[in-house]
Amino acid sequence: MDKTPLSPHLQVYRPQLTSVLSITHRATGVVLSVAGTAIILYWLIATALGADTYSEAKQILGSLPAKIVLFGWTGAFYYHLLNGIRHLLWDSGWGLDLPTAYKTGYGVLIFSILLSISTWAYVLQKAVS
Amino acid sequence: MAKFRLPKNSKIARGKTIDVSDGTKNAKTFKVYRWDPDSGENPRTDLYTIDLDKCGPMVLDAIIYIKNEIDPSLTFRRSCREGICGSCAMNIDGTNTLACTKSIKSVKKDISIYPLPHMQVRKDLVPDLNNFYKQYASVKPWLQSKTKAPEKKERLQSKQERAKVDGLYECILCACCSTSCPSYWWNSDKYLGPATLLQSYRWLVDSRDDATDERLDELEGPFKLFRCHTIMNCTNSCPKGLNPAKAISEIKKMMVARGN
Repeated sequence: MDKTPLSPHLQVYRPQLTSVLSITHRATGVVLSVAGTAIILYWLIATALGADTYSEAKQILGSLPAKIVLFGWTGAFYYHLLNGIRHLLWDSGWGLDLPTAYKTGYGVLIFSILLSISTWAYVLQKAVS
Repeated sequence: MAKFRLPKNSKIARGKTIDVSDGTKNAKTFKVYRWDPDSGENPRTDLYTIDLDKCGPMVLDAIIYIKNEIDPSLTFRRSCREGICGSCAMNIDGTNTLACTKSIKSVKKDISIYPLPHMQVRKDLVPDLNNFYKQYASVKPWLQSKTKAPEKKERLQSKQERAKVDGLYECILCACCSTSCPSYWWNSDKYLGPATLLQSYRWLVDSRDDATDERLDELEGPFKLFRCHTIMNCTNSCPKGLNPAKAISEIKKMMVARGN
């Protein structure tokens, strides 16, 4: 280790929209794969084990806490999808100026919330009717 | 692997509090990172409260005032005091910028001042820039031409060709962008960082340069160029209003266009 100190970084750098959206993209990617795989595996295994475990899984996944988790997963999905499109546009060379990057950044946030809410409104409405 | 926490010898203690404002209404407090290589102690932050009527409008004026009037051992780099030399780059109020072009009034609360982030500190606000300069030199930032220089005149460019280096040649290598980039924080030994890559692009688009292929060869691999994840903190912090993220993206496009 160097004898001289390392200057502070994360400790002092003010969070920027640019960096916050970037780390959120990575975090949602992890959530999508880890939580998504875990949930689908649980459901598949429960289904394979028979009617009892299936109905139990159905009940657990339909409970309010599970619904909240699934809503969060939906949010992560839309965020990662929309921000992924933003990354594709960047890779094509478009939208890298700061005003555009901020506009698309806020756009991704707003639309991922709106899309999550409308998806759930649609699904819940279908479930009721 | 990225280390998110500071090493033991880098943890910051609370330092002295010095108030020379004499109770004036126009007082301002500066929280300044201090580290003395001879003391053997950890870094600390000193609080200096000064009378703004007695000092110039910029943050650099304030730290010069503190050095002249309170503590002559306060150490920082500065030269031109007008945003063209890049010496006084530091972390002010949470973002990297030049102390000489950052106005004190632009920050409402106390102003914290740290050295450029994730760098080895030599003293107080002076970071070690050796690696940064070595990386800059590694992209061979000079004209490489395979044709003989024309006699008694310059190598000419059209207006359009010359326009391509606008927004690139203005870079003053202050290192604000590179040290604002989390990717550079975690991989500064292997990733070249936004400043060096913007400089590299400055030669890649120069119509007079013939070493495009060799320059791109040098940037191949997972680290030197491709550790850029388009976080864009670089563009956000550039005190000259340049766009390193865009320059890096253009290099990536050149890589794809030429294939392998």
